[in-house]
Amino acid sequence: MEFKEKFVEKILLLIAFSSITILALIAFFIFGEGIPLIWKIGPKSFLLGERWVPSQGSFGILPMIVGSFWVTFGALLLGIPLGLACAIFLCEWTPPSIGMILRSAIQVLAGIPSVIYGFWGLVVLVPLVRNFLGGPGLSILSGSLVLSIMILPTIISISEDSLKALPPSYKAGSLALGATHWQTIWRVLIPAARSGIVASIILGMGRALGETMAMIMILGNAVKMPSSFLDSARTLTTNIGIEMGYASGEHRQALFATGVILFFIIMILNSLAIILSRRRVS
Amino acid sequence: MKIRQTRYLTQMVAKILIWIAAFFTMAVMALIIFQVLSEGLPVLSPGFFLETPRSMGREGGILSPIIGTIALTVVAIIVATPLGIGTAIFLWEYTREGRISRIIRFGIGCLAGVPSIIFGLFGFVFFVIYLNMGWSILSGGLALAAMILPTVICTTEEALKAIPYSFREVSYSLGGTKWQTVTRAVLPNALPGIFTGIILGICRSIEETAVVILTAGSSLIIPTSLFSPVRTMSVHFYILAREGISMEMAYGTGATLIILVLLVNTIANWLLNRYIRHRA
Amino acid sequence: MVIGILDKQVKTHSKVPYSSWFLLSLLLLSVAVGCQRSKAGITVAGSTSVEPFAELLAEEYMIRHPQSHIYVQGGGSTAGIEAVRSRAAHIGMSSRHLMSEEKDLHAVMIAQDAIAIIVHPNNPVNDLSLDEVKQIFSGKISNWVTLGGSSRPITLVTREEGSGTREAFQKLVMGKEEISLESLVQDSNGAIRQVVSGDPYAIGYISLGLVNEKVRAMKISGVEPNLSSIQEGKYTLVRPFLFVFDGEPTGEAKAFLEFVMSPESQKLLSKEGLVTILPKSSGG
Repeated sequence: MEFKEKFVEKILLLIAFSSITILALIAFFIFGEGIPLIWKIGPKSFLLGERWVPSQGSFGILPMIVGSFWVTFGALLLGIPLGLACAIFLCEWTPPSIGMILRSAIQVLAGIPSVIYGFWGLVVLVPLVRNFLGGPGLSILSGSLVLSIMILPTIISISEDSLKALPPSYKAGSLALGATHWQTIWRVLIPAARSGIVASIILGMGRALGETMAMIMILGNAVKMPSSFLDSARTLTTNIGIEMGYASGEHRQALFATGVILFFIIMILNSLAIILSRRRVS
Repeated sequence: MKIRQTRYLTQMVAKILIWIAAFFTMAVMALIIFQVLSEGLPVLSPGFFLETPRSMGREGGILSPIIGTIALTVVAIIVATPLGIGTAIFLWEYTREGRISRIIRFGIGCLAGVPSIIFGLFGFVFFVIYLNMGWSILSGGLALAAMILPTVICTTEEALKAIPYSFREVSYSLGGTKWQTVTRAVLPNALPGIFTGIILGICRSIEETAVVILTAGSSLIIPTSLFSPVRTMSVHFYILAREGISMEMAYGTGATLIILVLLVNTIANWLLNRYIRHRA
Repeated sequence: MVIGILDKQVKTHSKVPYSSWFLLSLLLLSVAVGCQRSKAGITVAGSTSVEPFAELLAEEYMIRHPQSHIYVQGGGSTAGIEAVRSRAAHIGMSSRHLMSEEKDLHAVMIAQDAIAIIVHPNNPVNDLSLDEVKQIFSGKISNWVTLGGSSRPITLVTREEGSGTREAFQKLVMGKEEISLESLVQDSNGAIRQVVSGDPYAIGYISLGLVNEKVRAMKISGVEPNLSSIQEGKYTLVRPFLFVFDGEPTGEAKAFLEFVMSPESQKLLSKEGLVTILPKSSGG
């Protein structure tokens, strides 16, 4: 009996280490392919180089870093106010029936494959942008618009959870002191739920940074540094996605190296989110 | 008097803006779903689901992508569920604080944040090339399992957390060992939470495209073994839409995907409600 | 409450499911690492330009040989060639000639394909010289007004780096000039066709076999790209479709190759817009 218990515990320990093992494997293989290349051409020229022309051996990913940044920034610009507004709406102002519809809508939105969003963006948004705003339509603007819709469920559900988790005394107290409903929300509840909301934003940002398929369809994937929201651009993820199938040798290593950079950026972001949400509990 | 009016004015403005935001969100979602469904539903028919694609997908149905989706999801779930539940049990029932637990949790947190394209890269270089499994259901399923593992672990742990200690207390007082307690007193009651995690994992597997293309290939014929390459519905949709092969078929596949998501969500909610009602 | 819990303990099924889950996954994994290439059939991987045609032929082949399985895969010319080398695929598809370091592999030309320069059907510009195409794609000519169209910036669309089609275009049209970095990049012929069909000011290049009524193929120096002009050697933007093998083809791969080279398959390819390799007239 005793032996069996110890045995079971050891097995569970092994199983629990599976996540670490997988992570280690991923790091090993991705870094193993990517880091040698970064080392070979120098981190500075890799990260700050503006030319990505693999056929000539130029591997600068700055345009992609900038592209990722702009697209994500645009998505957050639209997604945060919308997401917060919906979270507030769900928490405070919704009649139960509409609230239920909205919540299930958000659940469904979260489950729709990203390629469908990309397709919709391609068929509906891109022509609109091209006809009314100029440029090729396949642009950072279109990408940000679609991406913001894709990260809404994340921001809404986590923000709503944070708002709901607040002790009811906060709201009751504020109202008792004579504040209006809105004043209560804006000045008491939101600041109190701040760390959870920020965590949701950071997670949304991580999702936005990691999106590939829809962005390949909508961004146009030009390799130059974008200079306006109507320009086409390429993100770190689409760079990998679009050239991965075809690449070999140094080119493939460079794509893995792009993955390494992406990996780091997202790790930093996620650690931030974890730290922030822990602060919420205490 | 003036001050109070301003406050209420602000509230009114804020309320209007927020209602607009909420309805805008609903409208956009309705728009997307409506567009795909309206073009796609007419394409659906029993033949659509039961025939394999012919002529690059221009004709026929989507049987092989459907089978592919199911196969990959099943493999991913079979692998991720025991690993996930085992990890969660270990973290919650056996150790709570301590260095080992912290290392493992860090690993899970990191894994959860890895973007899908990296899983695709990893799956390609590890399963397809290094382990020489080739583009196959196995490669794809294992890569997907790695991706959904953190989800299963977290939801299972939440489910375990929700079980009051008294359950375990009673079992111990009756002479049960730790393992017996876990498997007979705790786990059965944590099942709804675990199911949620599994369903979330299923949803993620269905919608994932980049990982699948890089690890399971994009073959159009019905797979014959675990080592056959296979196409999932998301991949089929992507290829059809991108290559402009057949918009009709693309919409049909898209509509099927949306209906599938709706179905899975509904079943999940129904299961949850039923179990909660059953226990209450 | 104690009774309630005991109840649950009694009602709960035994622990067997849990351990069998675990054993099942261990089994799966060992099966995976143990017997690896045990699937029947052959894998054909490589150029996305060749892919749709290979799929079509594979379909026909499998109708005639119901026991066979042919898995067709994209990934690009370079990836396909590598896949053959690493045994991940039995046949590689390539839309460009083998490079010098790939010459140890065995390549068989199954058809020829022309590259068409495409624009939107409403675009008034109808005819370009090869040099003009080069200047457009290198960014030197950047407005349609220079070519007789309206005053609008030209939207360039190209394939991604590593694509056989792009490499063929680079070699046949651009020569030493670089394709402008401002160009939009799409990852398949179909996607380029889609972009060009939707944007009146776009220009791109795709396989001639994929041109449909949504886009228009440009005349090059007065020569309309079609079967006869290609066979007569007048239209020069032509590249080979290759099946690549590791050594001499054997078994199922050989059978499929022979099928692909047969007259009826070639007729099928010709119907889809490719140039067959069967000698019909000079210059094929």
